[in-house]
Amino acid sequence: MSHIPLQHVLIFSAALFFIGMFGMFTRRNLITLLMSVELMLNSVNINLAAFNKYLYPQQTGGLFLSLFIIIIAAAEAAIAIAIIINLYRSHHSIDVDDATEMKY
Amino acid sequence: MLNVTNILIILFLPFINFLVLGLGSRSIKQPVSGTIATISLLLAAGLSLMVGYQYFMVKGMVNGTFPPIELFRYPWMVFGSKLTIDMSLVLDPLTVMMLVVVTSVSAMVHLFSLGYMKGEERYTTYYAFLGLFTFSMLGLLLAGNLFQIYIFWELVGVSSFLLIGYYFSKPSAVAAAKKAFIVTRFADLGFLIGILILSFYGETLDIATLIQRLTAPAGSESMAIQTAEWLGISALTWGLAMIFIGGAGKSAMFPLHIWLPDAMEGPTPVSALIHAATMVVAGVYLVARLFPIFQLSAGILELITYTGIFSAFFAAIIACTQTDIKRVLAYSTMSQIGFMMFSLGIARPEDHYLGYMASLFHLFTHAFFKSLLFLGAGAVIHMIHSNEMNKMGGLRKFMPVTHITFLIACLAIAGIFPFAGFFSKEEILLATYHANFPVFVMALCTSGLTAFYMFRLYFSIFWGKQQAQDPHHSEGTFTMKLPLILLMLSTLVAGFLPFSSWVFQGDSHELSHINWKFSVVPLFLSTLGILIAAYFFRKPSSRIADTQKLMGGIYTTSKNKFYIDEIYLWITQRVLFPLVGKPAAWFDKNVIDGTVNGVGSFVGSIYYFIRGMQSGKLQDYLLYFLAGIAAWMIYFIYIWK
Repeated sequence: MSHIPLQHVLIFSAALFFIGMFGMFTRRNLITLLMSVELMLNSVNINLAAFNKYLYPQQTGGLFLSLFIIIIAAAEAAIAIAIIINLYRSHHSIDVDDATEMKY
Repeated sequence: MLNVTNILIILFLPFINFLVLGLGSRSIKQPVSGTIATISLLLAAGLSLMVGYQYFMVKGMVNGTFPPIELFRYPWMVFGSKLTIDMSLVLDPLTVMMLVVVTSVSAMVHLFSLGYMKGEERYTTYYAFLGLFTFSMLGLLLAGNLFQIYIFWELVGVSSFLLIGYYFSKPSAVAAAKKAFIVTRFADLGFLIGILILSFYGETLDIATLIQRLTAPAGSESMAIQTAEWLGISALTWGLAMIFIGGAGKSAMFPLHIWLPDAMEGPTPVSALIHAATMVVAGVYLVARLFPIFQLSAGILELITYTGIFSAFFAAIIACTQTDIKRVLAYSTMSQIGFMMFSLGIARPEDHYLGYMASLFHLFTHAFFKSLLFLGAGAVIHMIHSNEMNKMGGLRKFMPVTHITFLIACLAIAGIFPFAGFFSKEEILLATYHANFPVFVMALCTSGLTAFYMFRLYFSIFWGKQQAQDPHHSEGTFTMKLPLILLMLSTLVAGFLPFSSWVFQGDSHELSHINWKFSVVPLFLSTLGILIAAYFFRKPSSRIADTQKLMGGIYTTSKNKFYIDEIYLWITQRVLFPLVGKPAAWFDKNVIDGTVNGVGSFVGSIYYFIRGMQSGKLQDYLLYFLAGIAAWMIYFIYIWK
């Protein structure tokens, strides 16, 4: 923990973000999609914490912003799961390819 | 009496008839609808007689003229400082005189139709249309600006169309209605252009202001309209010529007269109202109304004179050979309107505009005796169930009232003393004698011809060979005889009215001047015409056939109305359709439609592209979203500074 350079943290969070995005594009299961969104959010959190730590060690704004994001992500997850449950009730499936009625 | 309320009541009584009877054409039953309409029209006629009395007798003249009274003015459409269109009602001698004519003839026609139209299926609709027509005609008379006149001008055209096509199950009636509409519409295009030219230079549509501006000798407007020119003819002349085309179309002047004889397909009382007394004289009315402007252009006055005299003579010749009694009357109407027109054309300040007064006097008397003739013909047709002369004959014993009234009307139109036509025709001839001798000679011939063809009609119907009559048919109900008698009385009285001190042009006027020395020649010619008609038609003989043979080609040409209809047909079908119609249709189909369709299909292809994006797949939307963000990022990083 003595000296990890900032670049390593940024590379890690970028990797995490693109893993999440890959999941968003390839998965068809809504739960998995939700998980991918969470991965992307967390990569952003890591960025915020890292920049805070490396650039302005005396201030705590970045840390608090990431705390907010975590809370909002929790609320968002609740809504997303409610949507998923409703979708399951109406379509008996949570596969996004089964819910394509909203087209032209 | 001369207040807005009364005039508005006169104007809107017929319109209320139209609304009520038109909306209730199925629910209001037969005698009721006609009675309502007749009573309200009689009321309107009574009111306008009172207005006329008040205007001419009680209120009297101020400084030798009857000042126009503006009853009502309301800024109707305000487009800016230069163009405002007011709605206004104006009473002047011309309007008041026409008001009396239109409402009284209309009331008589309503009354007559009670009996004539009895049993018709669309009886209530008929009365509704009559109401619409009367309303439009009154609106045309009272209008204080050209725009309003134009609106009502078209409305009378529409109601004329509706009434000509009243028997719409008859193909000939439908064709006649279309013909009347198209021909007058064509002429109205001229009228519209004329209005636009005059109002463009006069910068107003209000008639009084327009006349004032355009006749001011050094006014900027009058200078502008007289100096602007196109093809070497001044804008003033163009505008007036165009307006005259409109008037000639409505008034059935040669060569726009072709619709009038065919318009006889309508019910006969309609012909009496529209195609004898009121609508067809709208052209004369228009020229008279704008006369101070017309007077500025000597060329146009000459055009009016020669169109009028030619139409009068031409129609008189055709009328001599027609066998359909209504067509004879139609051509006679055209001929008499020709008289009015050329009389307007020869009106000059030198003789205190005698021609102007004479023309309107003739319009006034003609309205009564011509509607009487038409109603009489209606009574005959009602009895015989045919328009053809050869089915009639010897009717004087069967229809005494019709016979006497018809005879008096014939004497009036022939110009025999002391009937109305004598006085007005005499004034016209006198005015013409002073102004234009060649026209005077032609007018004299026409007047002789008038006597001949009217008495040809009279003798063929009421004398001649007696046809076997159906004993069940009688002369008609009381409501059919009463208008005949009333109109006959008007014909007897109308000539003695001091008309020349009522309606005149300019500041001063001359009293009626019947000059007995002058009257000898016209009276002699008319009597001669009557005697010739009596010689041929009073008793059945071989004289008619012999003379027809003798006349040969002339007779056939006249009987076929100088082939004017055929010329029109040839022009439309051989010239207009292939040379104008077909290319226009091609242009319309390929260029106009092509452009419109091209725009449509271009928009359609964009639509198909955008529609494809709305796939309904979540991850497609995600992709667009991401692409959008990427695009914004590229923009902000590399382009936006």
